[in-house]
Amino acid sequence: MSRTNLGTDAPNTWCPGCGNFSILNGIKTVLNELKDETCPLEDIVIVAGIGCHAKIADYVDVNSFYAIHGRTVPVAEGIKIARPGLKVICFAGDGDAYGEGLEHLIFAAKRNIDITMVIHNNRSYSLTAFQYSPTSPSGFKGRSTPQGSIEAPINPLELMLASRATFLGRGTSQGLPLLMRLFREAILHKGFALVDVLQVCVTFNNLYEYYAKRVYELQDHDAKNPMAALMKIREWDYNSDAQIALGVFYQKQEATFEERFKPSRVDEQERDHKIKQFLNDSL
Amino acid sequence: MEDFSVLTGGKAGFGIDQATLILGRLLNQSGYRIYVYRDYPSVIRGGHTFSIIRAAQTKIAAHRDKIDVLLALDRETIDLHQTRLKDGALVIYDSETVKDLVLPGRIETLDLPIGRMVKEEKGFEVMRNTCMIGAFAKAVGVTREVLERVVKENFPKEVDLNLKIALRGFDAAPAVKKIAPPPSEPLPLISGNQAVGLGLIKGGLQDYVAYPMTPTTPLLHFLAEQADHYSLKVIHPESEIGVILMAMGFAYAGEKAAVGTSGGGFCMMAESLSLSGMSEVPVVIVLGQRPGPSTGLPTYSAQTDLHFALNAGQGEFVRLVVAPGDLEEAYFWSAQALGLAWKYQVPAIILTDKNLNECIGNFELPQDGEMEVSAPSLWDGKGPYRRYANTETGVSPLAFVPRRDAVIKVNSYEHDESGITTEEGEMAAKMQDKRLRKGRYLLEELNRFPTVNRFGDDSRTTALLCWGSNKGVCVEAAQKLGLSVVQPVVLSPFPDDAFRRALAGVTKLIAVENNATGQLAHLIKAFGIDVDEMILKYDGRPFALDELETRVKETIG
Repeated sequence: MSRTNLGTDAPNTWCPGCGNFSILNGIKTVLNELKDETCPLEDIVIVAGIGCHAKIADYVDVNSFYAIHGRTVPVAEGIKIARPGLKVICFAGDGDAYGEGLEHLIFAAKRNIDITMVIHNNRSYSLTAFQYSPTSPSGFKGRSTPQGSIEAPINPLELMLASRATFLGRGTSQGLPLLMRLFREAILHKGFALVDVLQVCVTFNNLYEYYAKRVYELQDHDAKNPMAALMKIREWDYNSDAQIALGVFYQKQEATFEERFKPSRVDEQERDHKIKQFLNDSL
Repeated sequence: MEDFSVLTGGKAGFGIDQATLILGRLLNQSGYRIYVYRDYPSVIRGGHTFSIIRAAQTKIAAHRDKIDVLLALDRETIDLHQTRLKDGALVIYDSETVKDLVLPGRIETLDLPIGRMVKEEKGFEVMRNTCMIGAFAKAVGVTREVLERVVKENFPKEVDLNLKIALRGFDAAPAVKKIAPPPSEPLPLISGNQAVGLGLIKGGLQDYVAYPMTPTTPLLHFLAEQADHYSLKVIHPESEIGVILMAMGFAYAGEKAAVGTSGGGFCMMAESLSLSGMSEVPVVIVLGQRPGPSTGLPTYSAQTDLHFALNAGQGEFVRLVVAPGDLEEAYFWSAQALGLAWKYQVPAIILTDKNLNECIGNFELPQDGEMEVSAPSLWDGKGPYRRYANTETGVSPLAFVPRRDAVIKVNSYEHDESGITTEEGEMAAKMQDKRLRKGRYLLEELNRFPTVNRFGDDSRTTALLCWGSNKGVCVEAAQKLGLSVVQPVVLSPFPDDAFRRALAGVTKLIAVENNATGQLAHLIKAFGIDVDEMILKYDGRPFALDELETRVKETIG
């Protein structure tokens, strides 16, 4: 069976023009490239949350754990610690990773566990029919905030930098070549990597034109320098009107969490013996 | 002394836990069977902590309220426990800290300048306990040789100094009481948490994930200490939500994982319990109960989460719930729960309570051959892999990442056999049938285990009905009062037939539970069985033997 197109039989239910298609096509292309280089497809595991983004688990013909809202990260961590040779890629929404599951995200960054987060950041809740999200601008008129949200958004990249993430990038769903480069580098980065994708929801929050006018690719940026990264990350706060930088903001090599666990296996007989020994020492 | 109880107490920080273990081991090595009840408040320093160490000629799993020997390093310990003293009881105290003590004439006292003796030996304040232990040993007839051995084996630091101080206490005290002839060789003396931990290890545990919460925190500590020894990965993540999901990540990758918590943490795990039910990714949860609602009495004991364990999580799914009643059952069922969770790909809950988790008692390993642990059904590698293949038993063969010949997809949504989301009605019903079918086969397999215990002469028509840690106290009280005991260990899927068989000949059933509503009584009512009376206790303290005897007598008239 050829798996080159990496598709499944699942009918795609995203709206025509949805930014998720770019992420889907981008990741399939990158996985196909990696397959021919260093990483066979069986070594890939996708973990998805709940939301429009998460349907990607059904649409890519690789191992997957279609989890629950906000909870991709700890599942991915368990898989990675158990099988460090795998590439574990989480697809999560902005409500999902930056809202309900935020604690997990911060701790995974803090541990520098070698997983990849792809955030489908459409800056609204869409599958639940349009409410504000953690990255919606203040004044956002969703159906739970009809008078306009009175909260300012979080800047997820700034938060992740403070949480010790070792790879931070941002792309958009209309810039596929950059997006694929970011996916590839994030997956190959040894450590906690997050790519914030400004993914456009055509039905509820169509920001195609808004982004088209503001985005630019980082040039001559020193991604090893945390202060330079912070400056660039703060240039746009997801709220006010500013130029929006895309690319790799920050990258650093550091020891990862999962490599601290020594792979060893005590067989059943040895365990029985050790249990008896423990009991003999407990008289 | 054939059956006696020693109480040691003081402020948290006095080293009461260490002293308790050493006192238990002194008596254990002198030939007694031991059971220890531990009582402590939710503080780090101060408050009042105490342990009751009961020594008897036969194996026991209950404490008594009345005590024979009281060890007091401060005045408070005497004031708080004076009413527990039996006639002829002995109080050993530090005359440096307890002044002008007046006790009724029926009480014997032994005052020693413990603080001064420790200072003279250049010991630390905490070593007053060591000196007290030495004095206790002499007073009750523990030999100098046993004292020396136990002290040497149990102090990780300052062994020589501790030994010197213990012997100083020993030499300063008179022999007051006599040890009864020892019944047999000493048995291992371990805690409930250790029994659960060893059982999980026996069951093939590879990973343990937990967020600290009384009463299962010591299980986390124990397994973390033992991690290298048994090749375990032990992780303490950000929250109980992270805990259970991380364990399910391990399971997806093919590693047997367990988690431990109490009611509050289990609340946070509920959404993933349901995820385990739907995704068929197994997880084992050690749920140590303590009194609620909410924070309640965090360091005390209760049996209030039975229905929570049986019903937590949205939707309908099979779960295994077992409530071991003593250390041997804790070991046995922890191993079996892990095996069964994996064989049937369901969540399993080992429902304990603080009283079982934190007690210390004698433990015997099951005989060889009694301990066969179920193995999971693994994919044979033939044909295309379907994670949720619809089989006769409902159990789909497992494969684990990475496999060149299989794409392994698990899903929290309703899904088809290959793990792809579906919202189609016929498929949804078919897959729900498949998952629930596992429950029938699980129940059938449980027939090979002692799912419901009956104790006492079969001709007895009055029976105490209990579950979990009340087993020990009920069995002993029933023996004395000529009653039977019926104790279901498996609570889901409920072994209805075995339960009815265990009730044969019983005409009066008295539920004994540590809760205010009779949770097991409610459960069996759903199976058409009514209890006649309920003896309930919900002050956070487990039943003491004498207390239960009195309440049973009142109930049966």
